[in-house]
Amino acid sequence: MSREILIAGFGGQGVLFSGKFLANIGLLNNQEVSWLPSYGPEMRGGTANCGVILSPDTIGCPVVSRPDVLIALNLPSLDKFENAVKPSGHIFTDSSMISKKVKRTDVIVHNIPAAKMAEDNALSGLGSMIMAGGVISLLDGISDDLIESAMRKTVPKRKQALFDSNMKAVYIGQNAV
Amino acid sequence: MSEKVLMKGNEAVAEGAIRSGCRHFFGYPITPQNELAAYMSKRMPKENGVFLQAESEIAAINMVLGAAATGVRAMTSSSSPGIALKSEGLSYLAGCDLPAVLVNVQRGGPGLGGIQPGQADYFIATQGSGHGDFRMIVLAPGGVQEMFDHAVLAFYLADRYRMTVMILSDGILGQMMEPVTFGNTVSDAPEKPWALGINRKREKNIVSSLFLDPYALEAQNFRRFERYAEVEANEARFEGFMLDDAEIVVVAYGASARVARNSIAEARSQGIKAGMLRPITLWPFPKEACLSAAKTAKAFISVEMSMGQMVKDIELAVRCGCPVLLCNRVGGVVPEPAQVLDCIRKAADL
Repeated sequence: MSREILIAGFGGQGVLFSGKFLANIGLLNNQEVSWLPSYGPEMRGGTANCGVILSPDTIGCPVVSRPDVLIALNLPSLDKFENAVKPSGHIFTDSSMISKKVKRTDVIVHNIPAAKMAEDNALSGLGSMIMAGGVISLLDGISDDLIESAMRKTVPKRKQALFDSNMKAVYIGQNAV
Repeated sequence: MSEKVLMKGNEAVAEGAIRSGCRHFFGYPITPQNELAAYMSKRMPKENGVFLQAESEIAAINMVLGAAATGVRAMTSSSSPGIALKSEGLSYLAGCDLPAVLVNVQRGGPGLGGIQPGQADYFIATQGSGHGDFRMIVLAPGGVQEMFDHAVLAFYLADRYRMTVMILSDGILGQMMEPVTFGNTVSDAPEKPWALGINRKREKNIVSSLFLDPYALEAQNFRRFERYAEVEANEARFEGFMLDDAEIVVVAYGASARVARNSIAEARSQGIKAGMLRPITLWPFPKEACLSAAKTAKAFISVEMSMGQMVKDIELAVRCGCPVLLCNRVGGVVPEPAQVLDCIRKAADL
């Protein structure tokens, strides 16, 4: 089945990176994938978001305006996109950043204190990767090997030292859902 | 098959150019095409190529002219306001009959406009790219794979017809990532006996757009347009999507075509015979394909991020035999599939 994922937060929270990781998961899972970032003024110190589509079929519109899955890493993102999520969709909120509760009752809510969990595990700044791990637990047929390969593709070659910490964040996220 | 790589459209078009043997890139920064120049700046030194950030867009296009005159494959890129600055150089390139490749990652306009995606440079690409009588071949990629493929195609066509080829992209295609396969489609540059360079064995070559004798200039123009006629006869390209029995024919290119694809699939599931004709070349426009689609069509819809710039080309192609509606958003706003679906339903009720 096709999954449209929207990741939103502040610039620097790993919005684009975690999106690229999920896109690589789809790519290695033999799905069609697209990744579209917000670009421009909001990237330069404000909110950032990125839409990722994983699909068995050719992808048309790459703009995710009605997500199946929303990852909200801060309050403005939850406020902005909560109502856009499809009925029966999933909303992941970073509950260590957002105290407000999701109002929608027709969606599945996952309150994960991702930023704090990252901090507690010496993975500061990897909250978005914990969330990505949470999203992976919703997907079918994603093996540990595939996750590892996707991470190898996502972490730049010159930064492979960060491979282990990102993998750890993903595992924490998978177990948090 | 080679491995699929996830990359941005801006990077894919740069990689395609490098794999086509382009070793001369001249650019000037502008959003949303910056990743293209950034990619070139990393890759060109490794390929013994030239990456040069010029002092302006005008300088960059004239450096392309200089490089192309020596017979090498040369390229520049920009976004809408920067493309306007290149008009003079584009005219001179045409006047000199030089092959060159130009990428336009369009944003909203006019003026400085904004930096979000747009398609309002359709006219400047297909009709009025500069002063004087000339044409450019205009390619319209529909995704990141085609950003790569069209770079390869652009260098082939540019050399084949001694013309500038513009790859008319937009902020979405430039910024988005999709998997890309680097096919073995690279074309070798043909012999260029007209090119400048040190060769004492032949008569000297002159590359110039200056012809003070009006009859000589006229003859140049007529010869050039014979070549353009050949391009029109041979190079019009399009892709059909559910087009064969379509009663509502959506015509859209680039990001707009991606949006429209969703709407057409949805319209079909509601029993409306909708289909898409996606021009891959905007000049030459796929006129015959439009005319042939008009046989089954009740109406055409131009979906574009501009104020109806493509509508007239469609009307001319179908010889006004069919109503042509406009479904658009502009200024950096991207149409939503629901808006296009709405338009398809209205057209079906005509």
